[in-house]
Amino acid sequence: METVDRQYRVPLPALAVASLICITVSLVIVFFVAPNDAVLGFSQKIFYFHVSIAFTAYACFAVGAWKAFRLLWKRDPRADLESYVAVHQGVIFGVLVLITGSIWAKYSWGHWWVWSEDELVLFLVLFLFYCAYFMLRFSVDAGPQRENFSAVYALFGVVLVPVSFLAIRLAKPFLHPEIFTRHGANLGGWMLVAYLVTQPSVLLLAYTLYRIELSGKRLDLRLRELRPA
Amino acid sequence: MTTVEKYVTAAYCVIFAVVLAYVVLISLKLQRLERDVAELERREAKTEDDERETVHVG
Repeated sequence: METVDRQYRVPLPALAVASLICITVSLVIVFFVAPNDAVLGFSQKIFYFHVSIAFTAYACFAVGAWKAFRLLWKRDPRADLESYVAVHQGVIFGVLVLITGSIWAKYSWGHWWVWSEDELVLFLVLFLFYCAYFMLRFSVDAGPQRENFSAVYALFGVVLVPVSFLAIRLAKPFLHPEIFTRHGANLGGWMLVAYLVTQPSVLLLAYTLYRIELSGKRLDLRLRELRPA
Repeated sequence: MTTVEKYVTAAYCVIFAVVLAYVVLISLKLQRLERDVAELERREAKTEDDERETVHVG
C-alpha cells in the first residue's frame, strides 16, 4: 500500500518549486496589481495573507482530526504521525494568524489586541487548546495509549474550528471586518483575484511544509530501525 | 507607491524568499536522504538474506 501511495505522490522538490512559483505570483498580484483599499489603504494588503493563513490553520486542524479519526476507526498505522504533523503545522500557522492579525489591528484599530472581541479571544482559545495537545502527547510514552489520547484530543479540538469561524459572523460588527457574506464577497476585481490566488498558494505552501516534516520524521524512524542494537 | 510602502513590500518579499529558499533546499536534501536510506535498507535486507543462506544445519 505504501509503495502504491508513493508512486502517485508528487515529489517534494516539485512541490517546493510549485509553492515558490505560486507565492511569487501572489506577491506580484497583491503588491503590484491589486489596488489599495479606499478606507484602509496599503495596510489592507495584509488581509490577503492573514485570511489565507487563518483558513490554512483551520484546514491543518481539520486534517489532523481526519487522520485522528482514521487512526481510531481503521487503526491506520501511519495516521498518528500524520495527525501530529498536521496539528503541528496548524499551530505554526496559528502563530502567524495571531502575528499578522495583531499587526493589522494595530494599524487599523490602533490596538495590538482587543480582549472584548469574541473572534480574537476564540481563536486564541483554539490556538492554546492545540498547544496543549503537545503537552498531552509528550507526557505519555510512545505507544498505542499515546496514539489514542492524541487522536481523541485532536478530534475534540476540531469542534472549536467552526465555533471560532462562526464567531466572526455572530460577533457584533464592531471591529473585525466581514469579507465573505451570504450575498458574496465584499471584494471586487483584482482584490478578489489577489485573494483567490493567495489562498491556494498558502495552502500549497502548508501542504509542502506538511510533507517535508512528515518525510523528515519518517526518515528518522527508518534510520532508528536500521541502527544496530 | 510611497517609500514606506516600498519597504513593507520588500519586507514581505524577503520573508517569503527566506521561507521558500528553506523549503526548496530542505526538500532537495530530504529527497537525497530518502534515496540513501532506501539504499541502506536494501543492503541491510541483502545482508540478512546472505546470512540466512550461509547457515548450515546438522
